[in-house]
Amino acid sequence: MNKLFYTMGLIVLAIVSAPAFAALNVFACEPEWAALTQQLAGNQASIYTATGALQDPHQVQARPSLIAKARSANLLVCTGAELEIGWMPVVLRESGNSAIQPGSSGNFEAAQYVAMLEVPTRLDRAEGDVHAAGNPHIQTDPRNFLPIAEALSQRLIQLDPANTAYYQQQLATFNQQWRAAIAKWEKQAAPLKGVPVIAHHKGFPYLNDWLGLKEVAELEPKPGMEPSAAYLGRVLNELQQHPAKMVIRAAYQNERPSEWIAERAHIPAVMLPFTVGGTPQATDLFTMFDDTIQRLLAGLK
Amino acid sequence: MSRNIYWCAAVAALLGNPLNTFAADDADLQSIRDQIQQLKQSSEQSNLQLEQRLQQAEKDAAQAQAAAQQPVRSSAGPSNVNSFNPAVAMILSGTYGQLRQDPAIPATGFAMNANNTGYTRGFSLQESELSISANIDPEFSGVGTFSLAPEGGISVENGFVQSSALGNGLNLKFGRFFSGLGYLNEQHSHVWDFVDQPLVYRVLWDNQIADDGLQLKWLAPTDIFVEIGGELGRGLGFPGTNQNKNGAGSGVLFAHIGDDIGIEQSWRAGVSLHETRRVDAVSVAVPDLLNTAGGVSNSFSGDSQTTGLDFVWKYSHNGNIRERYLKVQSEYFRRKENGLLTYDFTAQGVSPPGANTPGSYSVTQSGWYLQSVYQFMPTWRTGLRYDRLDSGTASVGASIAANVISNYAFNPSRLTWMVDYNPSEFSRIRLQLARDDSRQRLAENQMFLQYIMSLGAHGAHQY
Repeated sequence: MNKLFYTMGLIVLAIVSAPAFAALNVFACEPEWAALTQQLAGNQASIYTATGALQDPHQVQARPSLIAKARSANLLVCTGAELEIGWMPVVLRESGNSAIQPGSSGNFEAAQYVAMLEVPTRLDRAEGDVHAAGNPHIQTDPRNFLPIAEALSQRLIQLDPANTAYYQQQLATFNQQWRAAIAKWEKQAAPLKGVPVIAHHKGFPYLNDWLGLKEVAELEPKPGMEPSAAYLGRVLNELQQHPAKMVIRAAYQNERPSEWIAERAHIPAVMLPFTVGGTPQATDLFTMFDDTIQRLLAGLK
Repeated sequence: MSRNIYWCAAVAALLGNPLNTFAADDADLQSIRDQIQQLKQSSEQSNLQLEQRLQQAEKDAAQAQAAAQQPVRSSAGPSNVNSFNPAVAMILSGTYGQLRQDPAIPATGFAMNANNTGYTRGFSLQESELSISANIDPEFSGVGTFSLAPEGGISVENGFVQSSALGNGLNLKFGRFFSGLGYLNEQHSHVWDFVDQPLVYRVLWDNQIADDGLQLKWLAPTDIFVEIGGELGRGLGFPGTNQNKNGAGSGVLFAHIGDDIGIEQSWRAGVSLHETRRVDAVSVAVPDLLNTAGGVSNSFSGDSQTTGLDFVWKYSHNGNIRERYLKVQSEYFRRKENGLLTYDFTAQGVSPPGANTPGSYSVTQSGWYLQSVYQFMPTWRTGLRYDRLDSGTASVGASIAANVISNYAFNPSRLTWMVDYNPSEFSRIRLQLARDDSRQRLAENQMFLQYIMSLGAHGAHQY
């Protein structure tokens, strides 16, 4: 009997103390921020990723599980710039967690630390699903990760000052590896400069800006609107005047529109990971860009 | 351009040495050709280098410009008294209804319940909903939703303040709000999957119950979603009777539990309890055992207790709801009422016998629905719903037993199908067909066309 109590006590102790191994509970809105937090916080954080690489991050439901995970989070790491506007406000409101509300130190929005592209000069829903703060898909340019990592590391230190030295060390290592990786990617991607491409969704302005890809058209008539057969026909016609080398899309996007165009224009349809986990090869931030560039180069051949 | 200069220089060099040229033999000519070739190659190389330098210079200039523009973004803009404007959204909706029967005829056995179908025959503007929301300060946020009735008049549908500043999973809400009971009750009409609410919501909650009061919810610090909540209210919404008294006129308790199954499935289940004391609840045009033409007016006072179960399950391939998803939901409610019924209370005197005299009355009503919505391709959804009600068997006191119908021996039911087209998140156009058998001997086929459009702020949707 005593033994039974002892065992039960141990089990209870194990359950209660399990989360204590990690100093911080991190709720990452998208896989790329989970991966970055992993790089910077190592084993000091237990990280929950709210969305998968095969989910459209604009359209996620405020599921009960997300609310439950947000309840115990110390830090929220999201893109911001209205990317999560359709679900995050509900998750935050229902979480009953004052530490992660907007404006508090537990709420980190990566888009605040980079120069935004495609900031609309005209805000009108007739233009489709445009974001007032600019295009939120900032994770497709690796150079954006440097200022974000810097700011995120500072935030980790602010929330968990006991491990300051560790976080600083992690950041220094990341910066060094990341800069070397950027140099490597830029060298590999040199043939992509000036290459005309079509994109399914306006999801790649940062990638284009980095590699010098020239986006000549999109398959969505307006951002967020489904490509219609009539519109795809128009894109195909325009391709005859402005030929493109390939049609690119994110892993979560439907392959049919880009394959329809690819088949008729005799150009390859290239699926890019877009975030960590988007392809089997993109297992972390480094391999995500490795794979992005490999796939683009393969599309060029 | 620079290539031409090299060529000119080469030609000039040849011209400047005409004697040598004339004296040149084949070998000399070959060497001249070689020289020209070399000149040409080196000029091309220089050109390439120049172009590269130009591109670099352009890139540097662009970067410098971008860098110069960057601080502008963070500098203070012109001050503006409106910059703290709240989020404003407006819902416009309208229907066309093709119905054989008058929609005002209540479901059989539920004449003493709420009977607002929310639709009419022909073209009609539905209520327009204006919603204004903002953070009030770091502690509070507020929402005001105003319903503009098509026939004129404005009513406050919701007007509440919410605070999660308590932390520890606590969420406080006060003002007028939709009760957290069940699953559909908190959802605004513009996100309903059908033109109208399930029958059980119509007859037991007047489509949707809102009350003036306060709500406290607590979310457990667990990995799966466990939430319990309680509400105290005035008793404003049906079945409440909006009394002039101190204290609370209604109380609600609910608990929800939910989680994901992998990345593709999610679910939530809940139980609810609602209690109120009804005082002088008046119902008109209630059929009676005497077959009085047009029915009679009854008044009920007593306790009302409703319990409910709700369940929703959603599936989408890879969790990507943008492409396709399936949603299955079901709710069951059961209401027990126990008190005194005054039969035909507007009658003059006591004829017929039993009129204007109170008698004991207790009944248990229940109803359920099961529905499923399937988005089979982006922008297109279809849904099917089955509804059923049970008016129960009332135990009626001897004084009114000869007048009040205790058992209608009829279970209202309805089968509804819809398809809707959603060009964007902000617009929806719907066709709905229903086989309505909720009124005995008045079964009918119904057809509706509906539009729902939202203007303004991008609201976040509940699960």
